[in-house]
Amino acid sequence: MTALLIRGGHLIDPAAGIDAPKDILLKDGKVSEIAAPGKLKPVNGTEVLDAKGLVVAPGLVDMHVHLREPGQGYKETIATGTAAAAAGGFTAVAAMPNTKPVNDSAETTRWMLSPDRGAVVRVFPIAAATRGSKGEAINDFAALKSAGAVAVSDDGLPILKDNIMRETLAAAARVGLSVIQHAEDTRMTQGGSMNAGAMAFKLGLRGMPAEAESAIVERDIRLVTELRDARAHLHVAHTSTAAALAAVRQARRNGLRVTCEVAPHHFLLTEEHVGSYNTHAKMCPPLRSAADRDAMIEAILDGVVDAIATDHAPHAAHEKEVEFENAPNGITGLETALGLSLRWLHKEWKMPLGRVLSLLSAQPAALLGLKGRGTLTVGSFADVVIFDPKGEWTFNARETRSKSRNTPFDGWTMLGKVRWTISEGRIAFKNETA
Amino acid sequence: MNLAATPVRRQIHPPPVPASPFPYNPGSLLSAADLDLEGLSRILLRATELENEDPLVRARILAKRRVALLFYESSTRTRTSFELAAKGLGTDTTLISSLSSSIEKGESLKDTGLTLKALGAEAIILRSNSSGAPWLLEAETRLPVLNGGDGMHEHPTQALLDLRTMLTHLRPGLTTLAADTLAGVTVTICGDIQHSRVARSNMLLLPRLGAKVVLCGPRELLPEIAATAGPGISVERDLDAALRQSQVVMMLRIQAERLAGLQLDLEQYKTGYQLTGQRLAAHASESIVMHPGPIIRGLEITAGVADGPQSAILEQVKNGVAIRMAVVERALTAGKENGGRA
Repeated sequence: MTALLIRGGHLIDPAAGIDAPKDILLKDGKVSEIAAPGKLKPVNGTEVLDAKGLVVAPGLVDMHVHLREPGQGYKETIATGTAAAAAGGFTAVAAMPNTKPVNDSAETTRWMLSPDRGAVVRVFPIAAATRGSKGEAINDFAALKSAGAVAVSDDGLPILKDNIMRETLAAAARVGLSVIQHAEDTRMTQGGSMNAGAMAFKLGLRGMPAEAESAIVERDIRLVTELRDARAHLHVAHTSTAAALAAVRQARRNGLRVTCEVAPHHFLLTEEHVGSYNTHAKMCPPLRSAADRDAMIEAILDGVVDAIATDHAPHAAHEKEVEFENAPNGITGLETALGLSLRWLHKEWKMPLGRVLSLLSAQPAALLGLKGRGTLTVGSFADVVIFDPKGEWTFNARETRSKSRNTPFDGWTMLGKVRWTISEGRIAFKNETA
Repeated sequence: MNLAATPVRRQIHPPPVPASPFPYNPGSLLSAADLDLEGLSRILLRATELENEDPLVRARILAKRRVALLFYESSTRTRTSFELAAKGLGTDTTLISSLSSSIEKGESLKDTGLTLKALGAEAIILRSNSSGAPWLLEAETRLPVLNGGDGMHEHPTQALLDLRTMLTHLRPGLTTLAADTLAGVTVTICGDIQHSRVARSNMLLLPRLGAKVVLCGPRELLPEIAATAGPGISVERDLDAALRQSQVVMMLRIQAERLAGLQLDLEQYKTGYQLTGQRLAAHASESIVMHPGPIIRGLEITAGVADGPQSAILEQVKNGVAIRMAVVERALTAGKENGGRA
């Protein structure tokens, strides 16, 4: 394997506490050396990347994506989804199990990890918590973990029954996996297609109340409290309401292992963005009120939020070009997460660059227990993103690497142009015109 | 230690909400909010002119132009009056209903719209059971789309014909609308507000002319949040109290097809919200009684009231044809230089 020397860049590695100009040598898929600028000399066969004026950071980690394989290759494949990830600066993506069939077996998990899938960055499958994600019978977590699963979740569907959720948390804790819950009491959201409230009333759409999310988060936190001795780890997926965040905040003060992620659309958009029935503003959980959105921003700035995750959910154009109520939930997000986070969290709301990057790499890597990722210390995987922190650009959905274009961020101004994404020492994406 | 202490509030400037690109076509009528006062005046004026026009002259106005009626839901009044209106102006109309077309075979609204456009339709009148469907159809076809009722959302031509009915009684002879035309007028809309597109279009339209809209009904059918849908709207749970302040009372039926499992005690409902002769005489003996239909006699309204002297229900139906002639004419002439009337 050829060696790569990244020269002249500014290294930001929040986990290692580094924020300084450094040159980095990558060899055999690992970080080989880090040194002051100009100290490392390329030997024969070393490719040199000129990172002058650019930020060099650990490759981003998205702990919540839908790659649609197996079963729905017309929306996305592991190859196209990971290509979009690389374009967005991600070197690791955790793939949710709501595929067809549901990934509830070691066999499917291994199929997803096969080199035949053509992944250009690392895929980490999240296995279904229950058989077929039906919320009834718990899967064999030990077998799933040894096949490569990094967490368990019935994403898209919540585990409603208290006893099943309790047993899931306990069983996952026994094998050292976290349980990622899609917090939605589906008994309260039936027929709903957007946030319950004034906007839903005006648009004549049935609403999904904020309590449907917070009720499950509160129930789950009760269960984690009961399982305190087992060190159960609950991770709340795509948190969207102020009430759910308040519950997480309190659980943390009580010393519980409760973590949460927030998606860019939930810290940027509100139910008002549904506008005139824009199906690219339809997802689950839905876009919430301005107060909820502001609470997401607050919690990110305060450090209550552990990760920014995209919930990248590609759908074919024909599936979204239908009546709002009939459109499937979800938007793509891999190519816009960094640009939006830098544009808004960093530039607009003054969050230090290192903290933004930590939410997009070090913290999610730690949550999933990905050893040697989310940092660039010597010996870590050579997963790197190199971007121009001053580079403003406009996202054009037609140029996406994803198979789908269902994004509300088409035409939005982004900050931070990705120049190279390096996955275990190989260049997975490059944009030399930037 | 105060665990609930809120963190320091930061000044947050979030990204703006983009302006709506709708309507794409100046001839479209998607929402009652699409029309400004001038546009409203023009439609009401044209409705009267067209109504009084010699039918043979009228039939030449849009002779052989093509209008499609696309109906995903059953309808008597809206469909027939749109059809009579369009035919009265000389257009060729064609009716596509979900039960006798390729919609049954799974054809999407987009494809149905594009097919109608390819067949030469110059405007589409859409009735759909999905809120927002006319916006989708307009975006995909860019034709003038007339919203003939979309799900629980809007029914703008109903609001226009209701307005015409109210003006006939309350402001006879008026020709130009202003922001205070209905000042001092209170309109009670009573019944299943939650599922009513008629209520939504009326509550958007009437306050812009200075009217107050009082929404009345039980909590299951009228969420408190309805009062925030726009200016000039309030919620009153007591029908008698609402009647006492109203010059117009509009009764709505319970939309059994949209209740989605909601169980209602109908006897209790009737006790609280049925418009009876007794109630009307006691609290609103001078008010106009309206109802967009279909009427369920003996439920939200008694037969005596529906057929009584205060009832304007059949006038509403009649006004539907005049209003829809004006709206169809606007659809096919808007945006054209000189010829444009809207």
